[in-house]
Amino acid sequence: MHAPSMIDRLQAELATFGAVVVSHGTVVCHTEPPQLLGAVTLLQSQFAFDVFLDVTAVDWPNDALRFEVVHHFYSTTNKIRVRLKSRVPEAAPIVPTLRPLYGSAAYMERECHDMYGIQFDGNDDLRAILLYEGFVGHPLRKDYPKQLEQPLVPYRF
Amino acid sequence: MYGKPLPVVPVTHEKTGAFEYITTRKDELVGWARKFSLFPYPFVTACCAMEFMAVSASAYDTDRFGAALPRFSPRQADLLMIVGTVTQKQAPILLKVYEQMCEPKWVMAFGVCATSGGFYQNYASLPGIDKIIPVDIYIPGCPPRPEMVIDGIMKLQETIANGRHLIVNDTF
Repeated sequence: MHAPSMIDRLQAELATFGAVVVSHGTVVCHTEPPQLLGAVTLLQSQFAFDVFLDVTAVDWPNDALRFEVVHHFYSTTNKIRVRLKSRVPEAAPIVPTLRPLYGSAAYMERECHDMYGIQFDGNDDLRAILLYEGFVGHPLRKDYPKQLEQPLVPYRF
Repeated sequence: MYGKPLPVVPVTHEKTGAFEYITTRKDELVGWARKFSLFPYPFVTACCAMEFMAVSASAYDTDRFGAALPRFSPRQADLLMIVGTVTQKQAPILLKVYEQMCEPKWVMAFGVCATSGGFYQNYASLPGIDKIIPVDIYIPGCPPRPEMVIDGIMKLQETIANGRHLIVNDTF
């Protein structure tokens, strides 16, 4: 499907940023927030990862490092997908922004900030994108009450 | 007076008296006229739109009920069809559209999401549009069959025909 040597080289290079495994054909790297920019720069400059697919998060309410911020990248040249996972604590859910590297990060980081309250250090435009002004809390966190509504128009009954 | 005389049409035929006059109540007359001239405004937000297209197009053809010509300005419409899920973020827009419509106006909740929120019960979606605006006819289904929509339109027509109409007063 893809050149094995490229995957092997990528795994070896990514190993300097954290533990690397291959899961369902996707290279997964468990990295740390301070290492994130280095890892992404490596992907973009050395391995032609030109598509920033998504940034989202996973909430592990019982863990000390509660949030797992997940970045996905794709290389249209090498046909490889990479997933970077970095854990952040609830008290300071901060990861560096990828805006200088990928323009689309500006929007996807806003969505991740809406839903999970992750702060993206360096992205100064984290206004609500899917939610609305005045919405309190982050609805995809596990401790958000699942039926809590915050209506913009007062209900008739 | 207008520069050109009106043509004089000779009356040659005999009046038969077959349909010279009718007796009715003013309310019934107005209701009869109104129920066949529904101008819908489709407030289409989600997947029910496909079903709306199906019921508008030739096989089912809501034109048979005088409810075919969508007006894309709420000011020209008198039937607001909410077709699909309405989110909390969209609720102010829906309210504004409803308030811009002139009387007489009716509201149809098309599909289960507009009716009650359907299977959505979370931070994002409005649990039924009747939480913010009054609704005249509810059509359940996810999505509703065209027959159900037609049934809903006919029930609404019945309501209009049997209803009281504000323009009927002493001077009408």
